[in-house]
Amino acid sequence: MNSVIKGTGYVLVHTPDMVLHNGTTQTTERIVNPESEYLKELPKHLRSYEDVLSYYPNQTYIGNVTPDELAAVEQPWHDKKAPMNDRFGPFGEIMPQEEFLLLMQACDVFDLVKLSSDFVAAHKDALLKNEYVGPAVEGRLAEGVSMEEVEKLVNEEHAEPLYHGNVLVGCVKNAHDIDVNLSAHVMLENIVSKASSVLAMLHAVRNAGIDKNEVEYVIDCCEEACGDMNQRGGGNFAKAAAEIAGLDGATGCDVRGFCAGPAHAILNAASLVAAGTFKTVMVTAGGCTAKLGMNGKDHVKKGLPALEDCLGGFAVILTADDGVNPCINLEYVGRHTVGTGSSPQAVISALVTNALDKAGLKINDIDKYSPEMQNPDITKPAGAGDVPQANYKMIGALGVKRGDLEKSELAAFPQKHGLVGFAPTQGHIPSGVPYIGFARKSILEGTINRAMIIGKGSLFLGRMTNLFDGVSFIIEKNEGKGQEAGVSEEQVKGLIAKAMKDFAASLLAE
Amino acid sequence: MDLENQKRVKDLAEEHGPENIVVLLGAAEAEASGLAAETVTNGDPTYAGPLTGVSLGLKVYHVCEPEVKAEFDPQVYEDQISMMEMVLDVDEICSEMNSIREQYCKY
Amino acid sequence: MSILSGKKVIIIGDRDGIPGPAIEECAKTAGADVVYSSTECFV
Repeated sequence: MNSVIKGTGYVLVHTPDMVLHNGTTQTTERIVNPESEYLKELPKHLRSYEDVLSYYPNQTYIGNVTPDELAAVEQPWHDKKAPMNDRFGPFGEIMPQEEFLLLMQACDVFDLVKLSSDFVAAHKDALLKNEYVGPAVEGRLAEGVSMEEVEKLVNEEHAEPLYHGNVLVGCVKNAHDIDVNLSAHVMLENIVSKASSVLAMLHAVRNAGIDKNEVEYVIDCCEEACGDMNQRGGGNFAKAAAEIAGLDGATGCDVRGFCAGPAHAILNAASLVAAGTFKTVMVTAGGCTAKLGMNGKDHVKKGLPALEDCLGGFAVILTADDGVNPCINLEYVGRHTVGTGSSPQAVISALVTNALDKAGLKINDIDKYSPEMQNPDITKPAGAGDVPQANYKMIGALGVKRGDLEKSELAAFPQKHGLVGFAPTQGHIPSGVPYIGFARKSILEGTINRAMIIGKGSLFLGRMTNLFDGVSFIIEKNEGKGQEAGVSEEQVKGLIAKAMKDFAASLLAE
Repeated sequence: MDLENQKRVKDLAEEHGPENIVVLLGAAEAEASGLAAETVTNGDPTYAGPLTGVSLGLKVYHVCEPEVKAEFDPQVYEDQISMMEMVLDVDEICSEMNSIREQYCKY
Repeated sequence: MSILSGKKVIIIGDRDGIPGPAIEECAKTAGADVVYSSTECFV
């Protein structure tokens, strides 16, 4: 049985104060160079929520601007405004910081997130009014505490302060006095990850048009670890988030692999569905405070806005074959093995061409490749280049080597078979998966037939191995042969028409 | 440059003598190459790491520069690195590296 | 004069450029003694 992509959720959270207080570039600078010009300059480079909404790549991430439309906009993008500044899009939303702080409080089950009662009162209604989130958090929002209590916790109890507009509005307490794995710092990172994952899950469930109770299994693939001093990475973010999202019929687990985590998790999920173990599986990940403002020094030095000001989150729902939605091909997966080595050509061969060879396909038989979709607006000024473009150049070069492409076709390859990067540099978030929503839509509309999702992971950063890692898989058009309960051609057409109509309606509604 | 890497560079230069050390870089862009090269020659230009204000003056090359490339086994270079020459702007990287070496390299 | 032969070589690779281990393979063929190899990640 095939597994199909039933729906996706993609969310961003604008967190300017967390850039200043929780991003590791800034926290490190505060330790080694507390009086630095950079720390003084950075606040002037933070963007407003309005600017974040009208930023082209962000509107692409939530589905209001297609990758093709974004590609037609001349780079850089930070000095341009998208023609819309919508909070919501067909895939998800861009949540403002004040509501997210309340969502964190709602996701906290150990009485660790303490927000001032004034702050809660000022923003509670906004969060409850959010049709995706409101019902899930209703009854979970505390009234808040006095500012005296917040200040005492921050000054005397090692709580991590929470700011909004550079004003202290709350804190995250430590969950244990001695255990570093339950320190306030770790708890803040974990609750942020959980809350942004919950937000993506709620959008995905709605977008997939399924009942929450249909989800049987959730796999979390973020890059945080939760546990205590006796089991540092014990887990389980997946089930913790599923609880808040109200997926009462689900259990789950966490899958890790640095930035390759999402691709590994989707292979796991698709296999569980294909094996018939579960009918509906969700893959999700929340965002990472540590990476906020990671390349801020370069952005500030060049007079750019601090572009790494958003957390990212996503969720993908896979179900048993419905005869309509695009399938994940489990026969021809690419993988970087222990013996592959780390030369760029070996990595790309292992991930791309080995899978194509197995499938008997040529490089140009894949309509769109989605490797790491980091936004080049962020990475280019930081000296990391245009990451997706570099991947396309390598894939194209391999194509020429294999004789799949003429050398003269090489220059046009990235534009034809590639995408421009539109995802925030949140590690696992940009890794292949941001395109799944658009891939589903384009395959359903018939504009493409096949897409390859490529996840790569820098395992060496954990200092346990010097190896690199990655897996890839192909998403393809559903030929309608494998549907579970015989759907007629009429029904298929009806479903496609409905999907397209819903999409058009969501665009018009903005 | 990563703070741990700066620390290792500093320690290794002390241990083996800066004149005996060569640093090889694999950065993706000219500017990043220049920053890393500056860090191991003139000191950390971002004032963040252990090499801040430490001018080691080490000999430093990007791995795609012709001077060092000529010393590698061509087949190994072909297998390990050659494809990246199509991706990187090698000319720009070379000119940036030359400029840093001229200014700060002591060996 | 050889640049690498007999020298102590420190490798700072880049995940999105050339990773450390790939440089290491090359440096060894030039007679260098690789004393440290690491790969940086900006994304």
